[in-house]
Amino acid sequence: MNLHEYQAKELFRDYGVAVPQGRVAASPEEAAEATAALGGGPWVVKAQVHAGGRGKAGGVKLCRTVAEVRSATAGMLGQRLVTKQTDAAGLAVHQVYVEAGSAIERELYLSLLLNRDRSRLAFIASAAGGMDIEEVAARTPEKIVRVEIHPAAGLQGFHCRRLAFALGLKGPQVREFEQSARGIYRLYLDCDAGLVEVNPLIVTKDGAVLALDAKITVDPNAVFRQKMIAAWRDPSQEDPMERQAAEHDLNYVSLGGDIACMVNGAGLAMATMDLIKLHGGEPANFLDVGGGATPERVTVAFKLILSNPKVKAILVNIFGGIVRCDIIAEGIVAAVRTVGVAVPVIVRLEGTNADVARRQLAASGLAITPASDLTDAATKAVRLAAGG
Amino acid sequence: MSILLSRKSRVICQGFTGKQGTFHSEQCMAYGTNLVGGVTPGRGGQRHLGLPVFDTAHDAVRETGADVSMIYVPAAGAADAILEAADAGIGLIVCITEGIPVNDMVKVKETLKAYACRLVGPNCPGVITPGEAKVGIMPGFIHKPGRIGIVSRSGTLTYEAVFQTTRLGLGQSTCVGIGGDPVRGLNFVDVLALFEADPKTDGIIMVGEIGGGDEEAGAEFIRRHVSKPVVAYIAGVTAPPGKRMGHAGAVIAGGQGTAADKYAALERARVRSVRSPAELGAAMAAALGTAGARRQPAAKASGAPGRAKGGGGGAARRRAGATAKPRRSKKR
Repeated sequence: MNLHEYQAKELFRDYGVAVPQGRVAASPEEAAEATAALGGGPWVVKAQVHAGGRGKAGGVKLCRTVAEVRSATAGMLGQRLVTKQTDAAGLAVHQVYVEAGSAIERELYLSLLLNRDRSRLAFIASAAGGMDIEEVAARTPEKIVRVEIHPAAGLQGFHCRRLAFALGLKGPQVREFEQSARGIYRLYLDCDAGLVEVNPLIVTKDGAVLALDAKITVDPNAVFRQKMIAAWRDPSQEDPMERQAAEHDLNYVSLGGDIACMVNGAGLAMATMDLIKLHGGEPANFLDVGGGATPERVTVAFKLILSNPKVKAILVNIFGGIVRCDIIAEGIVAAVRTVGVAVPVIVRLEGTNADVARRQLAASGLAITPASDLTDAATKAVRLAAGG
Repeated sequence: MSILLSRKSRVICQGFTGKQGTFHSEQCMAYGTNLVGGVTPGRGGQRHLGLPVFDTAHDAVRETGADVSMIYVPAAGAADAILEAADAGIGLIVCITEGIPVNDMVKVKETLKAYACRLVGPNCPGVITPGEAKVGIMPGFIHKPGRIGIVSRSGTLTYEAVFQTTRLGLGQSTCVGIGGDPVRGLNFVDVLALFEADPKTDGIIMVGEIGGGDEEAGAEFIRRHVSKPVVAYIAGVTAPPGKRMGHAGAVIAGGQGTAADKYAALERARVRSVRSPAELGAAMAAALGTAGARRQPAAKASGAPGRAKGGGGGAARRRAGATAKPRRSKKR
């Protein structure tokens, strides 16, 4: 789950991580009021969206007067910001963050994340901040410092000092950095974060060390026990179909193609998408209906799939173990009747009661194309989507 | 018995009297699993499905001599349940539960190092030794006792591999679902080692997916230490980066963990792989049927880098649509 920069910075403040002063604003008037609270300019107006790359897309504006703050805000609010991290439709800007401008001497990079293969949290730091860290890692890996933390003793002073000295910090900056690093570590654990990223972490001309940007993602599996963070969810930043699916407890990811899938099980769903591509088609989505594939959920899944105008065929691939294939077939028949499906529907069912299910589908009188196995299902879907 | 689980294993269920625990305990018992009791705090002393219920795993182990636990406890309490089982002396813990916070599993994984136990999962379908016992949610009827070891991060995708190998008459020795989470108990390497050492396993099917580096580690392990034929499949070639594809662990993060990378690692290790899940069974049959199908693992070769002997000398890649004639294994 993503958080906005202004929410991440609020958490940073709570945990003693040094950040510039700033206020969130939802209108040009609020933005102007914010400048009064922040003291003299300059100020930076930043679009609040769940994506990076805002600067190059016009989502970060340096303003020297209150009038500029108002107009920068007015220009961003209500627009969709398209960055290299969003799709072509971009993300809606409903709020901006007005921040006191900083005189930047140097830009650094700092993040805390889990190395899943080693089951260890690690800080990643680089003196090459403000850039794409993956590019730095690819081109100049020697510029990146990794410090792994054992869960028993947790973050120690020496971890922080290693990072600070590697970043070229000096004197009182080392202590300041340690306080911020400790804050990030405690925040990560308390809030069940998946990633805390500061890019850039800046050293100002006065020698202060501040988090100029803040990105926090929270483990979706842990949101149930993070009440405050759960309330910060911003559905406007989510793909509308994915959001709708989540509301119905369906796992759904939008893709760009025209052959929709409905499958039980994440691995099989990914394999089905891959099979479509392998046989010359383009999948429209990933959709895992999971173990609870009742007629109601199948109907919801069909409606969701068909709300995408690009869809030219639907491939249903179910391996019924505990889930009975005849229940799925019932659901498909009901869904097709209720929703009024105008595109070819290819159904491959295997497992518990598969024979009963196949007879049910054949007897329904609906234009449902049965498939005998995975390969047959994929080739039929591709052919029928192409109009063949 | 093949690996991990046999008809002699004494199994308890944690979360015994809950809806999932009850349903799957019944299914496992019907399959022939030796279920000896279960744990639901506060209901100790009662009976459920004709078996004793205990307040704690420690009580259950003391009274029943259980050595395996299957966990159906909801996500909020599942890490606690795993640690309780380990502390009670359970040697094999199979955690079916999906949705455990990752930070909990980091702590669990570290803590389990202090105990002599193995964890399978979480977020997994479980373990089955066909014809003997199942601990999990897989449909028993599609399995057949046989000689193929299957290790997978997926549930229903595993059933496809099972279905194919059953149809081809190969059957399975043991199937292990290691689960879809990013931090888990046994990894591919651990199960591959068990299969390599198991006299009842002749061939190994490995089913991976995007996210993490476990398949790459598995490929390297196969190159160095595995002599039996292996066929691999990786799901998620078409998965977009940054998106969680159902499983918590199925995320391409920071450019790492792509299906392409995993297929490349398998190729470098000269492990046969297929691009379509429909070809797993046929590829395994072909690999077993080929003369000299056994690999020459690097660690056993004297000085020479590992090269697969015979067996097509590398990936038996099949083009989509081609059907390999399944050949019967020469072994029984």
